Amino acid sequence: MQRVGEIIQANTTEFTAQCYELYQSPPLGSLVKTNEQELELYAVVYQATTTSLEPGRHPIARGKNEANEEEIYRSSPQLEKLLRTKFSALVVGYRQDNKLYHYLPPKPARIHGFIYLCSKEEVKKFSSFLDFLNILINTNLPLPTDELIAACLRQMSQAYENRRRFLVTASKQLAISLSGQFNQLKAILEKIKE
Amino acid sequence: MTQENSSQQRLGVVISGSLNKGVEVKLEAQASVEDMAVGRYVTIEGQKRRFFSMVTDVSLGVSDQSLTLAPPDISDPFIVEVLSGTSTYGILHVQSYLTIGGDASSILNGPQPVKTVPSHFSVVKLASDQDIELVFGKEEDKERFWIGNPMDMETKLCLNLAELVKRSNGIFGKSGTGKTFLTRMLLIGILQKSTAVNLVFDMHSEYGWEGSSEQGRKVKGLKQLFSEKVAVFTIDEESSKRHKVSTDFIVKIGYDEIEPEDMVLLRQTLNLTEQATEATYQLQRMFGKNWLAQTLNLPDTEEIKDLNINENTFRNLKRGLNTIRRLPFIEPHTPVNAVKSILEYLDRGIHVILEFGRYTDITAYILVANLLTRRIYAKYREKTEKAMSEDMAQPHPLVITIEEAHKFLNPEIQSQTIFGTIAREMRKYNVTLLVIDQRPSGIDDEVISQLGTKVTCLLDSERDIDSVLAGVSGKSELKSVLAKLAAKQQALIFGHAVPMPVAFQPREYGSANSYKSFTSSVADSSKQVQEDIEELWD
Repeated sequence: MQRVGEIIQANTTEFTAQCYELYQSPPLGSLVKTNEQELELYAVVYQATTTSLEPGRHPIARGKNEANEEEIYRSSPQLEKLLRTKFSALVVGYRQDNKLYHYLPPKPARIHGFIYLCSKEEVKKFSSFLDFLNILINTNLPLPTDELIAACLRQMSQAYENRRRFLVTASKQLAISLSGQFNQLKAILEKIKE
Repeated sequence: MTQENSSQQRLGVVISGSLNKGVEVKLEAQASVEDMAVGRYVTIEGQKRRFFSMVTDVSLGVSDQSLTLAPPDISDPFIVEVLSGTSTYGILHVQSYLTIGGDASSILNGPQPVKTVPSHFSVVKLASDQDIELVFGKEEDKERFWIGNPMDMETKLCLNLAELVKRSNGIFGKSGTGKTFLTRMLLIGILQKSTAVNLVFDMHSEYGWEGSSEQGRKVKGLKQLFSEKVAVFTIDEESSKRHKVSTDFIVKIGYDEIEPEDMVLLRQTLNLTEQATEATYQLQRMFGKNWLAQTLNLPDTEEIKDLNINENTFRNLKRGLNTIRRLPFIEPHTPVNAVKSILEYLDRGIHVILEFGRYTDITAYILVANLLTRRIYAKYREKTEKAMSEDMAQPHPLVITIEEAHKFLNPEIQSQTIFGTIAREMRKYNVTLLVIDQRPSGIDDEVISQLGTKVTCLLDSERDIDSVLAGVSGKSELKSVLAKLAAKQQALIFGHAVPMPVAFQPREYGSANSYKSFTSSVADSSKQVQEDIEELWD
């Protein structure tokens, strides 16, 4: 299992984790999970940000005399310690007593919980039920929902040998959920078709 | 039936509807709307009972109106696949006719007329062969006759002919849609599977001996297939000889056999005035049985004044009578009575087909058909009444087939003709009609509504369709089925002899194999009877 970060902020619907390495956040829409004893939370990455460690200290431009971007980081090695990358993920389900649930868990994740990227098998298992798509449709996030849904389906489809079949099944589910909003459905379909 | 098989037949689920207007079924993605057809036969699995129904309309639905304003890019198969069955879907309009409960007693009672609708989201499937057999019976049944296949199905659709001949029936369809083939097949059915005898007034000489198909191919007639059970009568000896038809009797009609009642029917075709037909009664009173010959001999002088007949009326009548006299099969006196001889054949259970040869003119047809039928009906009535009072066996039920029925049964004259009486009084005296017509709107409503079973091929005119479907429940739904029948070899049957309306493709007629299948069942059944008898005595 690939560890991708550690929770630094959490509530019932989402959590934010900091990456151990700068810029090493999991891709948008990928399925991640916590690995606690009682509850394993599954979440879809919806945002990644890189900011300075201290809110008051803003990064300044340093590359005026450098040949390329890499040189900046090489000549100022402290940057790696002063900047951090974090990502936020929307909780879409959990596992308890070896059983998967595709709705919100009874309690949020704990701070300092480790975050792992789900393996192909886990993605397949989780996405065999597509009810979680409703959570994605109905949340109010800083990014357009159709972008998130499309990214999520693109990511998940990579776990399947027959990608198209998964995409068609998922899109049919979306078409039913978005039955009155064809324009939104069309936008998503345009983003996931091969 | 295996699980896989049943899931293949699944079409969709019931989403709305009413008993009167039928239910709506949302098609599932795998059932293409283009594979559906009105007239197809489906079953609906309700929670407590099954419903036997027919597709009466097919339509398209969208979940969001904006789809119709900005249609998606259908060149992309992915988008098409996603949208079909979800955002865009097909809707079947289905009319239920029969229902069968799940408990043992309802299964024993068989299908019953429908009095409710299936509950929401009941699964709809294509009807299976077993369903058709459950509703329409099997060919092995003694009284059932295989008439064809329900549309797009391989199952044999069977008709209870014993039930059919209990009422007057009609076969309709515009010309060239296969009425003659259907009639020929039904006549064979009656011949094989019921106790009734046929009397066919064969205007175009198509049923007795050889007929021809639309492609000009020769098709065998009833006499060729069942020579022992069919007798061909003709009024045109010459034409029969030319066609090498083995006729059993040459029909001639004497002047003295024509009665004023026969003239009433001919009023339109002979262009007689009402006064002229009235005058015939007066002439008959005066001259007696031989009134026609006597009238023709009357000079146009004062003598008619004694009769109190207007001169113009008399001329009009005389012209009409002369037309009749010119018909070659009319003779001053005939030695053998045609009616008597037809009755003799019918009594022996032999079916009679009267060919008109070259005299396909409507005057001859109406005159002969009406004249003979009136007398045969009178005899039948006498016999039946006698049989009832003396508790004897009743005569064979008689089915009289007439073509161009609107000439006999139009509102103006149906009350006066014998055919109107037979159609209305039905089977009291064991005589029923088989009416063949291409313009049912010309037939009186009262007569049409009395027809038990109607078989109709394609009809174009709105008025014809309305009159055929008059008084049928679910009329508007059947109308759409009827209007969409193929121009050939498809028909809709509904009424007394079938538990529910069904669109079907008539059984093949005309190839060597088809003749074999028609004649073999007779041999089988007679063999079966023989075996049964032997078994009885063993």
